[in-house]
Amino acid sequence: MRAVYVLCVRQLKRYVRSPARIVGSLGQPVVFLLALGFGLGSIFKRAGAGNYFDFVAPGIIAMGIMFTAVFSGIEIIWDRQFGFLKETLVAPVSRLEIVIGRVLGGAIVAMLQGFAVFIVCIAFGFRIHNWALLPVALVFMFLISLLFTSIGTAIGSVLQDMQGFPLVMNFLVMPLFFFSDALFPMKGLPKILEGALRLNPVTYGVDGLRGAFSSAFAFSIITDFAVLIVLSAVLLSIGSYLFSRIQL
Amino acid sequence: MSDMIVVQDLVKNYGNFCAVNHISFAVPEGKIFGFLGPNGAGKTTTIKMLTTILEPTSGTLRVNGHDPVRERKQVRRSFGIVFQDPSLDDELTALENMDLHGALYGVPRGERLKGTQSLLELVGLWERRDDFVKQYSGGMKRRLEIARALLHRPRILFLDEPTIGLDPQTRNHIWGYIDTLSKEQNVTVFFTTHYMEEADRVAAEVAVIDHGKIVAQDTPAALKQQTSAPTLEDAFIALTGHAIREEEANATDRMRMMRNAWRGAGRR
Repeated sequence: MRAVYVLCVRQLKRYVRSPARIVGSLGQPVVFLLALGFGLGSIFKRAGAGNYFDFVAPGIIAMGIMFTAVFSGIEIIWDRQFGFLKETLVAPVSRLEIVIGRVLGGAIVAMLQGFAVFIVCIAFGFRIHNWALLPVALVFMFLISLLFTSIGTAIGSVLQDMQGFPLVMNFLVMPLFFFSDALFPMKGLPKILEGALRLNPVTYGVDGLRGAFSSAFAFSIITDFAVLIVLSAVLLSIGSYLFSRIQL
Repeated sequence: MSDMIVVQDLVKNYGNFCAVNHISFAVPEGKIFGFLGPNGAGKTTTIKMLTTILEPTSGTLRVNGHDPVRERKQVRRSFGIVFQDPSLDDELTALENMDLHGALYGVPRGERLKGTQSLLELVGLWERRDDFVKQYSGGMKRRLEIARALLHRPRILFLDEPTIGLDPQTRNHIWGYIDTLSKEQNVTVFFTTHYMEEADRVAAEVAVIDHGKIVAQDTPAALKQQTSAPTLEDAFIALTGHAIREEEANATDRMRMMRNAWRGAGRR
């Protein structure tokens, strides 16, 4: 357990010490938030769908989390290249402890990043219906973080170098983000698109976040929670398995 | 005196390629043992098997009396290792790197702090303990790695080319520390190097490995005498020949090639 703790703390230290990374990864969500949030707001309102900024903010928070989390997971590749991975692999601790420490640390980092996006949203006028539900929102932020750090860890255990990183971003993370309910509501979509949304875990994560902020869930809080928890467990297991097979 | 490292009939095959071919040797407690050989001879593969990172194809291994395949944790607690390439976290300070290592090895906090101070003083880095490792020179990183490898008081220290790319002053210092440690704390040292004059100076005994086989094993003096060579380097060349070795693809590369071949055959 001590190994889990110290590896977690290590990730946090690395994150806090790199303000460039924190601000840098805020850039993309903020651009999305401002361009879409204010750009599409009037059309959305005319269509009678309400305040688009409030609608899209949870999606943008999820976006900030997803990108940071996948990157945190994939950092295994850096550690392999810079050699630190070896130091942990010959230590008298199990690979499971190492992978849990890494995933937990990465998930906390991603959640902090999501919280930073949340603050930015508030600063630009994001309105929360019920502040008492903030803990629920934090739980969903953590679950999205956990899910995507596990995905990043699984991928990072298999990829040999950072060359594959754009591939992961463009063919996995981007589609998962765009084909979710982050940017548009699920109601009234073409059947195929709606099907894709329903199969996408991000949809449930964003729905959970949006529900907590605006007290209106498209699914139910239980469904959102169950989908995320089960998928996180499955992907964490896959990630642990792939990590345990890393050969130096 | 008991043997800290025992290797009997050790074999490692990668497909048809035999990286380590039926080698046997033993290293007595407290000795400094040099493991020499040209590139691709099987040195690093042997170290990987001794340090639980790689499983042997066949043969018996004992490290501090434990089996690296079945008693990984006991073996891992018994040794400290300095790898061929750096394995520090550059984004942490020297002190944090030491502390993380101590925590991973379950060294109690008080002991960790005391040990860190005395080891960093020994390698001359105590004054720079709060600097980030990325600000360190190559030689300082090496010294820090040696200090770190000793923090959990291992009985055995593995050094895989610890002085590669360092200037003579630093190399001299590093061997000085290692010599002191082995004498004062009775630590067994197993090292590889390409610098024959270093091996000649510090090793009580050396084994020369070539093409996966041990071709000679004795004290440096005896090897020189046996080959009637003036220096250990000449003895080494007499034993292993003049041909330049192309560096073989390393173990990981070979495994990757094999894995892809297996996948191609649809078997996995």
